[in-house]
Amino acid sequence: MALKQVSPTDEFIKGLWRENPVFIQVLGMCPALAVSNTAINALAMGLATTFVLLMAGLSVSLLRNFIPREARIVSYICIIATFVTCVDYAIMAISIELHRALGAFIALIVVNCLILGRSEAFASKHNPGRAMLDALGMGVGFTVALFFIGVLREILGSGTLFGVDMFPDGFQTWTVMVLPSGGFFAMAMWLLVVNWIRQREANAEKEGDDRAGEVAS
Amino acid sequence: MNAPAPIEQKRTSAWSMYRSIVGIGAFCALLIVTVFEATAERIADNKARFLSNAVAEVLPASRSTAEVTLDADGALVAAAEPADLPVFLGYGAEGELVGAVITAQGMGYADNIRILYAYSFERQAIVGFKVLESKETPGLGDKVEIEPHFLANFEALDARLNEDGTALANAIVTVKEGEKTEPWQLDGITGATITSDAIGAILHQGSSAWLPVLERDGRLFQPALSVEE
Repeated sequence: MALKQVSPTDEFIKGLWRENPVFIQVLGMCPALAVSNTAINALAMGLATTFVLLMAGLSVSLLRNFIPREARIVSYICIIATFVTCVDYAIMAISIELHRALGAFIALIVVNCLILGRSEAFASKHNPGRAMLDALGMGVGFTVALFFIGVLREILGSGTLFGVDMFPDGFQTWTVMVLPSGGFFAMAMWLLVVNWIRQREANAEKEGDDRAGEVAS
Repeated sequence: MNAPAPIEQKRTSAWSMYRSIVGIGAFCALLIVTVFEATAERIADNKARFLSNAVAEVLPASRSTAEVTLDADGALVAAAEPADLPVFLGYGAEGELVGAVITAQGMGYADNIRILYAYSFERQAIVGFKVLESKETPGLGDKVEIEPHFLANFEALDARLNEDGTALANAIVTVKEGEKTEPWQLDGITGATITSDAIGAILHQGSSAWLPVLERDGRLFQPALSVEE
């Protein structure tokens, strides 16, 4: 059976919506829930993860014929940890203040199963171009998802967005939203919205098919 | 009936395993060392600038500082090289001593907390505070950096010495939020109890170690000043 040819654009776009790593694949939950207490933390974490995804995808794809099957996991983890360390140094070189804000969470990128998952499932089986498109799509999808969760948590939990007050004085913030449990609540709210949209899409598609069947008969 | 022949998987040779793991390890080590070397100078500059800005922030009256340390006899001398927990004397525009800035650290809820605080010789009080490093819970423990009522403790936190000048007259302690009655007490934060208690303990420990020496030798110290940017 011939495999369906996937266009490069599809390779990129699938990570944004159809196979979104957070809302559809439910991967990388540890940073998604831990770091998304503010929008800026979520955004910075998403960008750092995207960089590691890209570099790990490129390296694994380039080395895919060199790494034996039995040694692949240890090799991928070594590569991922290396790029995380490089990101750590780079952020310190850019700004100590930014590093202070993210410091506790940068190391968590190493154990993000999204990166290991894409290296294993995609980059190790495809050429560097496709591996990078896939990594970029997944990275952008991850960043956008984290950002949405971060915005919701910051607005409700702190009453601010990017540190700017969103409500008049007297607004009682929902402190629970900046706590770890708030991550689960925000995630559940977004999953509800995403699944509702997907259900509507599926119903519309089904109705379209039924109508086409009636016309044909 | 003959059983189907088992499918034989090709075994990977030990050599290719060694080659790939050692090769990738060497490549990763080389990359890390390269990035470390490329960024080390910039990171050191950033850290020095961050510390310098933090010193100026907690002791705004200082125009120049001198890092000090203790010699083998316990006397105050100029530091030959930057210490892990540096202590500075701060001088005003006329070269007069305006205060001291002390770095101290201790265990918080999640990890070590490293702080910087300013001591005023004139008021015998802690008059400035900043967290340098902390991995406390975002939204809870990290409130010690931003909560206005907690930061108000450092407008003048009493740190007088006893009559002998050998120890603090009163231990610096953290009390529950809203229960502060004495000037040497820290008004804590509800929801960040362990972190605010830890800040009190770190301040007490750092002040007990340094303030008797600074009060004894600080005014007599002849500084080689470094001017703040």
